[in-house]
Amino acid sequence: MYVTLNPGNRKVVEGVILWILVLSSTIAILTTLGIVASLLFESVRFFKSVPLTDFLFGLEWSPQTAIRSDQVGASGTFGAIPLLAGTALISAIAMMVAGPLGLFAAIYLAEYSSNRMRSLIKPALEILAGIPTVVYGFLAALIVAPFLRSGGEGLGFEVSSESALAAGLVMGVMIIPIVSSLSDDVIRAVPQSLREGSLGLGSTRAEMISKVVLPAAFPGIVSAMLLATSRAIGETMIVVMAAGLAANLTANPLQAVTTVTVQIVTLLTGDQEFDSPKTLAAFALGLLLFLVTLVLNVIALRVVKNFREQYD
Amino acid sequence: MTEYFLEPASLAKRHRAERRYRLYGQLAIGLALLFLVLIFTSLIARGYGALQQTEMRLDIIFDKDVIGDGGIQADYQKLARNALSEIFPGVKNRKDKRKLYQLLSDGAGYQLGNSVQNDPSIIGARQSIWVLAADDVDMYLKGNVTEGLDESERRLNDRQIAWINALQEMGRLELRFNSRFFTLGDSREPELAGILGAMTGTLFTLLVCFALSFPLGVLAAIYLEEFAPKNWFADLIEININNLAAVPSIVFGLLGLAIFLSLLNMPRSAPLVGGLVLALMTLPTIIIAARAALKSVPPSIRQAALGLGASPMQSVFHHVLPSAMPGILTGAIIGMAQALGETAPLLMIGMVAFIVDIPQSIVDPATALPVQIFIWADSPERAFVEKTAAGILVLLAFLVAMNLSAIILRRRFERRW
Amino acid sequence: MVNPMKDMTTEEHPAPLLHAVAQGVPIKISARGVCVSYGDKQALFDIDLDIPERKVTALIGPSGCGKSTFIRCLNRMNDVIENCHVSGVIDMDGVNILDKKVDAVGLRARVGMVFQKPNPFPKSIYENVAYGPKIHGLASNKKDMDAIVGKSLSRAGLWDEVKDRLHSPGTGLSGGQQQRLCIARAIAVRPQVILMDEPCSALDPIATAKIEELIDELKEKFTIVMVTHSMQQAARVSQATAYFHLGQLVEKGDTKKVFTSPDDERTQAYITGRIG
Repeated sequence: MYVTLNPGNRKVVEGVILWILVLSSTIAILTTLGIVASLLFESVRFFKSVPLTDFLFGLEWSPQTAIRSDQVGASGTFGAIPLLAGTALISAIAMMVAGPLGLFAAIYLAEYSSNRMRSLIKPALEILAGIPTVVYGFLAALIVAPFLRSGGEGLGFEVSSESALAAGLVMGVMIIPIVSSLSDDVIRAVPQSLREGSLGLGSTRAEMISKVVLPAAFPGIVSAMLLATSRAIGETMIVVMAAGLAANLTANPLQAVTTVTVQIVTLLTGDQEFDSPKTLAAFALGLLLFLVTLVLNVIALRVVKNFREQYD
Repeated sequence: MTEYFLEPASLAKRHRAERRYRLYGQLAIGLALLFLVLIFTSLIARGYGALQQTEMRLDIIFDKDVIGDGGIQADYQKLARNALSEIFPGVKNRKDKRKLYQLLSDGAGYQLGNSVQNDPSIIGARQSIWVLAADDVDMYLKGNVTEGLDESERRLNDRQIAWINALQEMGRLELRFNSRFFTLGDSREPELAGILGAMTGTLFTLLVCFALSFPLGVLAAIYLEEFAPKNWFADLIEININNLAAVPSIVFGLLGLAIFLSLLNMPRSAPLVGGLVLALMTLPTIIIAARAALKSVPPSIRQAALGLGASPMQSVFHHVLPSAMPGILTGAIIGMAQALGETAPLLMIGMVAFIVDIPQSIVDPATALPVQIFIWADSPERAFVEKTAAGILVLLAFLVAMNLSAIILRRRFERRW
Repeated sequence: MVNPMKDMTTEEHPAPLLHAVAQGVPIKISARGVCVSYGDKQALFDIDLDIPERKVTALIGPSGCGKSTFIRCLNRMNDVIENCHVSGVIDMDGVNILDKKVDAVGLRARVGMVFQKPNPFPKSIYENVAYGPKIHGLASNKKDMDAIVGKSLSRAGLWDEVKDRLHSPGTGLSGGQQQRLCIARAIAVRPQVILMDEPCSALDPIATAKIEELIDELKEKFTIVMVTHSMQQAARVSQATAYFHLGQLVEKGDTKKVFTSPDDERTQAYITGRIG
């Protein structure tokens, strides 16, 4: 026996379903709003006790909590520059590893390897990005950092056991596949006719790649690098486990630096009073992090979209 | 013959450049794959030890004078201490005895207590029983204690090492399979620390995450792919989804802390909140995968349904969605695998607490597998290193299983239209 | 009608095959027994063909007949395609260019190619033309390079149209201009042979007429081999014609002869429009 709704009822039911569908898809917007609202709300409260300029341009970061309750916000200094510098240093080290390795791997995959080999190597590389970050944190803190420390001692360098180098190198390995997979995609999107045009004039493959293919794929490669950088900046576990807590303003990769994400975690784990400037500072840092990565992502997505349209 | 067309010297140089270029690519891929191999081998090398734990065979006298009639509160640890003293009758003064007893794990008493609870008739009897040794003994047997160090810098002094060697010669110390690692919750004592609590916490968290993100993600994908008109609203959702997919995970943690914990007063450290936060994170992944799967269903299917008089809604739910399901599920599994490995947002909502009990529901305080790994990695005891590595291996095993099932699902149901 | 004498000569000693054109005309390239296969699929069967020097040779035939595959053998562009296998001999000035010892890079500098769809690099007009001379080191300074670029563009009949905007992107030109830019780019390397793979198929009739005119001028200096799907075009610009059918070369000879009294029925069918 078949149960059928009469057309009138069906219309009503389907109207309800359609609204459920619409509501489900607005969750994405609500999430963004929720992020922006919660970050903004707490940050505004933070900036009531710490001036925005002190936060953005201050050179010292030591968020001690007030010893007595009447000392609200007076005891800590919240200058974010050392954190930004530390984040930049570690991300730069990571990109120095992932940039060249990822790009050359992508060039090889797209231009030299056979299809069969590519279909094996590409997923193998992507495993690197699928390993949870806490695993990389463990490797950085317990294997790479001691190794660098003893290696540095052997060469007469003083290497901190929480050096920016260890965190940066391991983070670099993690983001190799982000660079390589995205670059491989954009390199392969360069039309075959350009390759033939170059080879037909008697160029070698290397000349074809460096003078025709890479310049044509350049916007896409830039966006791959931007996305990878954004990932490095927002990465948390590796730096929480392997980078330092003290805010040093240094460009020496052998020393310990701290990052925005490390400070967010440190400020918010443990038993804190939720309203102290210390916990609110974490939200201000979160807002900064959100804005920086958002800008990088938006630029990257736009660049890659224009690139796709150019060759479609 | 080669030199026929162009000047040979310059051509040779160009070909050398070509080979160099190729070599860079091979080196880059080789290095990346080497890293992969190094990661796995170093984890396995460090983690497999946790499968075994040192146990000590003691001739326990279940002395009524010590444990009375076998109550839960009784001092079972003393039974083990007495048995150990019996082996080394020469150890007399209190300080030495304390050193000797340090070779035993606190877990030994629990084990003996359990034996008595299971079978009270053994009270008064004498039995040869394997009990847990302390983590330092375990590390010594596994070769992780450097004897070269000065005595004061070592966790075991020379006398303790002599006792251990003596016990070993008597055949009373042995590495045995460590089932506790898979059946216990966390502990301050490495030899008693297990992964079951974290695994249960992860299971609850992922259940909440899946129950929310899967239906919401699929419904949103259906709307965007099948019904949404091309207007600013659809564009806005689209932009939001793409950007959310790239927001750092810790920001989602901040959202969870500010909204779910502070504003809505949900319980701290609960899998419920963890699942909510992870659901918001995995939603973009699932929507993107589900849209791709829906898109791959050819329009002819929709037209066939519409041609038979089905409404657009019926055509989607009766025909398009079932055809797209394998692809959607594949995407969902990959999204869950990502959620499984996430740590940072869970730290923000307090799932980083030290929790011994195995959670029984989604509102009990719990931790998750990756967070457990973080906690252990942070612990100072040497013996936690192998626990950490073993925990990572368990986590990776789950990830591999999930990704494999996604691949198999894709292979089996992949349809060529 | 099959000429038994002609078959004999083919068997015994590889003499020039395009009798009508060959008299007194030197042969630039001669192919013998060329077979090409992609994986298991054979695309060309035992092709024998002579290309006269400083003439236009047209390769015609229905699509998928192997004419493009053949032209890509002449500068070893098939090397680029995975699992493409080429056998036989292609002799150019006494050298078998299919020999693995012959450097494909050097070969392509002497045998230029123009493709079906205009494919200027996403660079300026100047850089497009200068690209070849630059990689081969043909100009020692900027002045030389300017001269090469100017001369190549003039030869391709593009100079007057682009001389004021040499540094604007080549992709901004019209289709016909782009194709002439590609021709300028090819002749800047000073090749001896230019291969053209349906150079006008993506162009409108006016642009096509210009290119045809250009090809006619270029044959004074270069040996030209062109693939075309247009029989009118073959008749208008070529002196020799070869007709390919399902991977086989079924008719070859003086263009006039091929079009007026072909030996093979299939050629007849094609030029009268029964195979298309």
